[in-house]
Amino acid sequence: MKPEDQEFTSVATLDPGPDKVIGPGHDYGSVTDEIGGVVFRPFLKTPRQMFIGFAFAFLLVNLLMIAVTWLFVRGVGVWGINMPVAWGFAIVNFVWWIGIGHAGTLISAILLLLKQDWRTSINRFSEAMTLFAVACAGMFPILHLGRPWLAYWLLPYPNTMWMWPQPRSPLIWDVFAVSTYATVSLLFWFTGLIPDFATMRDKAGNSTARKIFGMLAMGWRNSAKHWARYQKAYLLLAGLSTPLVVSVHSVVSFDFAVAILPGWHTTIFPPYFVAGAIYSGFAMVLTLAIPVRRWYHLEDLITMRHIECMSKVMLGTGLIVAYGYAMEAFMAWYSGGQFERYAFVNRMWAGGYWWTYWVLILCNILIPQALWSRRVRMSVRAVFAIALVVNVGMWLERFVIVVTSLTRDFVPSSWGMYYPTIWDWSTYLGTIGVFLALMFLFVRVLPAISIFEMREVVHHTAKEPTHALGD
Amino acid sequence: MLSETKVSEHAENLHGIMAEFDDPESLLAAAQQARLEGYRDMDAYAPMPVEGLAEAIGFRGSWVQRLVFLGGLCGAAGGFMLCWWITVIAYPHNVAGRPLNSWPAYVPITFELMVLIACITAVVGMLMLNGLPQPYHPVFNVERFARASRDKFFLCIEASDPKFEPVATRQFLERLNPQEVMDVAL
Repeated sequence: MKPEDQEFTSVATLDPGPDKVIGPGHDYGSVTDEIGGVVFRPFLKTPRQMFIGFAFAFLLVNLLMIAVTWLFVRGVGVWGINMPVAWGFAIVNFVWWIGIGHAGTLISAILLLLKQDWRTSINRFSEAMTLFAVACAGMFPILHLGRPWLAYWLLPYPNTMWMWPQPRSPLIWDVFAVSTYATVSLLFWFTGLIPDFATMRDKAGNSTARKIFGMLAMGWRNSAKHWARYQKAYLLLAGLSTPLVVSVHSVVSFDFAVAILPGWHTTIFPPYFVAGAIYSGFAMVLTLAIPVRRWYHLEDLITMRHIECMSKVMLGTGLIVAYGYAMEAFMAWYSGGQFERYAFVNRMWAGGYWWTYWVLILCNILIPQALWSRRVRMSVRAVFAIALVVNVGMWLERFVIVVTSLTRDFVPSSWGMYYPTIWDWSTYLGTIGVFLALMFLFVRVLPAISIFEMREVVHHTAKEPTHALGD
Repeated sequence: MLSETKVSEHAENLHGIMAEFDDPESLLAAAQQARLEGYRDMDAYAPMPVEGLAEAIGFRGSWVQRLVFLGGLCGAAGGFMLCWWITVIAYPHNVAGRPLNSWPAYVPITFELMVLIACITAVVGMLMLNGLPQPYHPVFNVERFARASRDKFFLCIEASDPKFEPVATRQFLERLNPQEVMDVAL
């Protein structure tokens, strides 16, 4: 820690290594101060990287504004989509973003039910990531509609046309799945924040902050009765989110699997999409957590144990994804179906996008195998690099599934290539900007680590024998 | 003592008397003591959930899970009925003579709406049962209470308790080894 930060915490920032979820010497007050201190830091003492990062993200947000305006003016023709490839970047990005969101729910819900202690200091952060990723994901199908201002036609509501959406269609399931997922993620995140809002209210130095946090805390007063109901509700939310997160990406995979297109029409899609979602999500959590932990000196709260555990989950889900690729290829050959086989020949070497398949194999299967080595998992730089590679690989996976399958379907006369235009790229980069800008703002204005759950960690660690502090 | 005269003067303006502790174990022990002593109207405050504390102050609440179960049931029933009503009544569409009531296709929407309504019920129900949002509560009149959201633990015996006596209750709380005992103005 720099000397000027002394007022925020009394404890030195030390990474306790891969065995501990919290640095030595912390008590209830010091974790409160360290996490709250990030928010109450004077504006000009925000780490410089945050300003630069936010400025960069904000530029991309403006790029999105331009791209979307042009899209509204001219229609979806500004994108590279055409008749065989009607689902271009918009759907690739939709699936990519929604997948990234899944790690947040996995960390906050499934790991809570499994009582994994390392989830605590990263759950708030990854729930926020979920929320922002789902917001980015939600934009794409709507922008892709052609007449985005009529998006509400997807919802069942009584209208003068006496028309109703088709509830047998996976595209309508998607509307319900994604909007439920967005709502539940928001509820989960907000519920987790309520006690921390109360902490921030009581800690706030100036009256504006006290009023804002006070309103958000809604009068939370840490009563034991409140905590009892709160814990029950939180546990139920976790229990309900667990099947939800599995269902959301399964429904997304139905968008493909229910269609009869070779390369899409596969029963392995739901489990392999869910594993891929968690894979890319953990990669994104690592991509975000590693710089933030460094910029705000949170090494004693997000320790090497967190990074190592996340690397292991990434390795594990990556192997499930590898199995998915292998099974897809095997079934294409084993089925003996002419079109199914051709879809894979096309995907691997005969089509115009053959190289994307091999880059995807390199990014998603080969490079992440380095994580078997403990030395790699212990190196923050290596883990960060692999996480970036996996982010790229998972995007390519969706590109291969969506675009390559569409370019060559049953009849050669309807074949056609798809080339993204500058507006495809601008929209994609723009949503990355939205995502990063929201993350930067979140880390600056709200407690990015759950304070009350860290107090519980302090309480549990205090019960352990103290000799562990020495080594 | 000055504080005692203050107490007797303002006994009717009292929400209760509050004791402050340093750690969750002392608070839990104090809450159990207070209950053994015969106090019923009390509340304990801790900066994080403490196992057994709610039971120690005599809280038996199981309404959240019941409400969530009902919410889930309503959501599932509503989701299924919505799909059925659209495809069978409001907008029947004959697809190669297949049955209009194609219930397997309703499963995803039924499931999603079950989760959605159950989750909303969990959060809204928890807040309502807790009486939140609540703009004012007397415990916030105690200046040191701000630390209940940081690192201190509080037990408040409320004036509404039939056994509450401004002086006797204060003396009882002082016997529990607290850091400090404070009056909570109404």
